[in-house]
Amino acid sequence: MVHLLTLLLVFMIIGAILALTTKDLLSAVIAVGAVGFGCSVVFLLLKAPDVAITQIVVEVLTLVILIRATVGRREVTASGTRDRPGMAAVAALVLLFLVFGVMAMQGQPAFDFGTPVMARVERTPSAFFLANGLRKTGAANIVSSVLLDFRGYDTLGEATVLFTAIIGAVAVLRQRGRRSTASQEKGDAS
Amino acid sequence: MNGLSVIVKTVTRWVAGFIFLYGLYIMAYGHLTPGGGFAGGVILACAFVLWLMAYGRKGSEQLLPYRAAANLDSVGALAFWALAILGLAAGGEFFLNVIQQRSPGQALHLFSAGIIPLCNIAIALKVCASLVVVTLLLAVLRVAVNGTDEQFKSEEAES
Repeated sequence: MVHLLTLLLVFMIIGAILALTTKDLLSAVIAVGAVGFGCSVVFLLLKAPDVAITQIVVEVLTLVILIRATVGRREVTASGTRDRPGMAAVAALVLLFLVFGVMAMQGQPAFDFGTPVMARVERTPSAFFLANGLRKTGAANIVSSVLLDFRGYDTLGEATVLFTAIIGAVAVLRQRGRRSTASQEKGDAS
Repeated sequence: MNGLSVIVKTVTRWVAGFIFLYGLYIMAYGHLTPGGGFAGGVILACAFVLWLMAYGRKGSEQLLPYRAAANLDSVGALAFWALAILGLAAGGEFFLNVIQQRSPGQALHLFSAGIIPLCNIAIALKVCASLVVVTLLLAVLRVAVNGTDEQFKSEEAES
């Protein structure tokens, strides 16, 4: 189980590095898709089918949209110089990860990884949700009862965020404003 | 964008309905099995996107026009908000599960859990419509990709 998870994680890391380093936009998009599918399998192995379904479905849709957006593009290669602050930040994060990894390998982790809060603390909300979810809400799927009953505010906020994002996308990509600038440029040229 | 070959169109005609049905199942049984409004809505949007890719802009406009998708987006958001207000109006608390409190259904059956399945349907409507809108904007109208292109020319020629 742990070996399978490690294998999948290594596969995802290789996919992410490929997506960052390759020059071809379409290859980068496909590499990102591979990372997403690996992530979905990891969720399934960790017994979170709700998250796995959402992950794989969103992954498929974004992959289709991204491929559709990149295939017809005239310049298919991304160019640009590497920025040094970004590289420094990545190096610092890798160093931090190595420190934590060594501490965990030696059996004295800095934090209590792998033990959920509800196993350590008495009377946590999550323990209450697990014990009373079906009785209080009537929903057999505990994830659904948390999302739409106990934590309904969060879902309302998420829906608002999605709505705002769509409004922003429509405002940026709408045709009417673009057409006026296009005709303006035409007028300037002539 | 005139759509793909005859093979793709035929297979799409067979498969799109089943994808749509699966999305409806994931959405409607969200309170009993893994899934829910968000995942169901994205699968519904996948069926539309498949149709859109195979049949092009004209074919998808007959199925779900851009204007209708934008309106459905607002309807879904308003329905979710109205279900939250329903708890405030009938029970005194925002997001109170009124139907479950008044008449609790039999647990583990389709008609149970009060407003949770209704919320799932509202979220699925909202997510599906907004993703169709974004796909139409990004992949079909191609405003962001090619800048000023044939889209505007043909519209200017029509008007």
